[in-house]
Amino acid sequence: MVIGAGIAGIQAALDIANAGYEVVVVERLPSIGGHMLQLSETFPTLDCSQCILTPRTVEVGRHEKIKLYTYSEVESLEGEVGNFRVRIRRYPSYVNWDICTGCGVCQEKCPKRVISTDFERGIGKRKAIYTLSPQAVPNKPVIDPENCLYFTQGKCRVCERFCPVGAIDYNQKERIFEEEVGAVIVATGYELLPLTELGEYGAGTIPDVIDSLAFERLLSASGPTAGKILRPSDGKEPKVVVFVQCAGSRDPERHMPYCSKICCMYTAKHAMLYRHRVHDGQAIIFYIDIRSAGKGYEEFIHRAVTEDRVLYIRGKVARLYQEDGKVVVRGVDTLSGRQVEIAADLVVLAVAMVPRPETRALAEKLGLRLDEHGFLEEEDRNFAPLESGRPGIFLAGAGTGPKDIPETVSQASGAAGKVLSLFSQWG
Amino acid sequence: MKVSYFPGCTLNTKGKGFDRSVREALAALGVELEELPDWNCCGASFPLLVDNVLDLAGPARVLVAASAQGDKLATACTTCYNVLKRTNRVIRLDRERRERLNYFIEADYQGQVEVMDVLQILRDEVGFEEVKAKVQKSLSGLKVACYYGCMVLRPPAEVAYDDPENPHALDELMASLGAEPVLWGGKVECCGNYLVAIKPELAMEMSYRIISSAYRAGAEVLVTNCPLCQFNLDRWQRDLVVKKGGFRPLPVLYFTQLLAIALGLDPTRYELEKHYVDPKPLLKAKGLLDQEVG
Repeated sequence: MVIGAGIAGIQAALDIANAGYEVVVVERLPSIGGHMLQLSETFPTLDCSQCILTPRTVEVGRHEKIKLYTYSEVESLEGEVGNFRVRIRRYPSYVNWDICTGCGVCQEKCPKRVISTDFERGIGKRKAIYTLSPQAVPNKPVIDPENCLYFTQGKCRVCERFCPVGAIDYNQKERIFEEEVGAVIVATGYELLPLTELGEYGAGTIPDVIDSLAFERLLSASGPTAGKILRPSDGKEPKVVVFVQCAGSRDPERHMPYCSKICCMYTAKHAMLYRHRVHDGQAIIFYIDIRSAGKGYEEFIHRAVTEDRVLYIRGKVARLYQEDGKVVVRGVDTLSGRQVEIAADLVVLAVAMVPRPETRALAEKLGLRLDEHGFLEEEDRNFAPLESGRPGIFLAGAGTGPKDIPETVSQASGAAGKVLSLFSQWG
Repeated sequence: MKVSYFPGCTLNTKGKGFDRSVREALAALGVELEELPDWNCCGASFPLLVDNVLDLAGPARVLVAASAQGDKLATACTTCYNVLKRTNRVIRLDRERRERLNYFIEADYQGQVEVMDVLQILRDEVGFEEVKAKVQKSLSGLKVACYYGCMVLRPPAEVAYDDPENPHALDELMASLGAEPVLWGGKVECCGNYLVAIKPELAMEMSYRIISSAYRAGAEVLVTNCPLCQFNLDRWQRDLVVKKGGFRPLPVLYFTQLLAIALGLDPTRYELEKHYVDPKPLLKAKGLLDQEVG
């Protein structure tokens, strides 16, 4: 069983399934792909993230050895290595996925628009019956009962009327499934520190202060602005964009003491892509240090500075506030020793990667240890980084701490290899 | 509800309008402030600057007196709050200093009193919903910039009862009175009060930035909970109107003055005439003060 179907879970599931073993994949969201599906392009190669990921999500969806439980969570796990018994709780989607053809008419006709806080990070909208993205795997919608007019007010039923195959089922209940598995890979990933935690940066009250994933959505061709850089407050193209690295990371007094590892690289990418889209725009990055250890990474930063004329200011931003339609950025340039104040049109915060809130409960169910921050703890950080400490349960990806895509994929293949070597001993 | 009350020297002298509005507004909300008998100076911020334990004897004596009267001690002066709260923390956490202090002032005090700022009492003990229900004269249409003294927020781990970087208790209180708190960037900027003696021109510049930022955000009045900030921001405006072209003065009020007015109490009792920037024309224009008041 693989828990979590982001890029780590997908890689691990495919490696094991392609070796000929059956894989059960459990994903909390209605469709697979994880955070990588929200990204525009990946560093340092600037590959289109969706383009390189969707062949893999489709392969998982169609693989004859992979059984997919989306919109589901692990309820309990008993037994031991070679013989785990798992109970999986599947949330009601209010759509009978066995007969739904994924035609999308229900989403087109649904009269209720809501702001998509999860996938579109509050920038785009979705309907009350929705799939996370047009490339969703499985391409089957779910109804969100908190916003659906039928669930909140008892009327509407538009989706039911228009569904050509009669798949809408308002009475669907939670279901429990049982599976038996030999080994488990936990690939539950990360979350971003919410903007509300950052009082010094407006605590989420300034519309033109957004987090890095929201900026990924603005950059994405399939995102809410079709790839145009338009700021949330008035839909105008921002001419001065300030990027703040280490927003909540490397800040032991107020936030997370650790380095989130990927922000230097993706912020350089953000500034670069912004400059490619807005030629007369200025991109300014505040940084503490530039940490670009990786193949082609330092060269990428160099390219942002020399080719794309991104301005790097070494120092922290102390405060952000709104004034006269601008976001005032007050910070320090530690190289010149001066305070700086910039009136920006848009501010992008490279917020800290933090453990998913569900990780604690899951770790308890599986009998796994957490570190001081709430990330999953490896059996041994040097020699057993993929082992959980409980035999037969392995770890991969950002669930154990911040990681970029290449490292996550390596870990996933490594964990898959661990599982396969276990299975090979049993014949 | 009865709560022990420590006015402190500022509220006993220059800040009488603050003191009286605190007592009367809280009484109107059902909180009886019981002044400590024979209280002495909290020591201002100086006793915490050095390690000498005996400097804490003054504030410790205040805490001992409060412990004889109840389990909470209210104060409205932000400096008194900071000193009493931090002294109490030393007594709670540092056994050696606690024992020496008790020996010196002949007491047996373990830090059991809860030191609370008046704004905190309004939020946690009375509740802003309850305040809202008792409003007689809504402050609707009044745009306020809420300004928080650093003394109730820093050092955060020791004294803050609100988000130190983005405090909002005062904004919420003002909203519950019907006023409109503006979103602005100066709410926790330093007013420069401690530089008044050594670098007055810098202190003036800091006040200038705060007041003009509030003005640009559309505020008609600055509201604060700190007597030092109040004096500093108010007093500098006498110079700023002369020295800074285009400067528009803003009245600087204590939050309890507006609270008392909203609760229907008599505004003329709160020394509005002693402010450097006269708040009366604004209050009259908003229908919060009778036209006849001089």
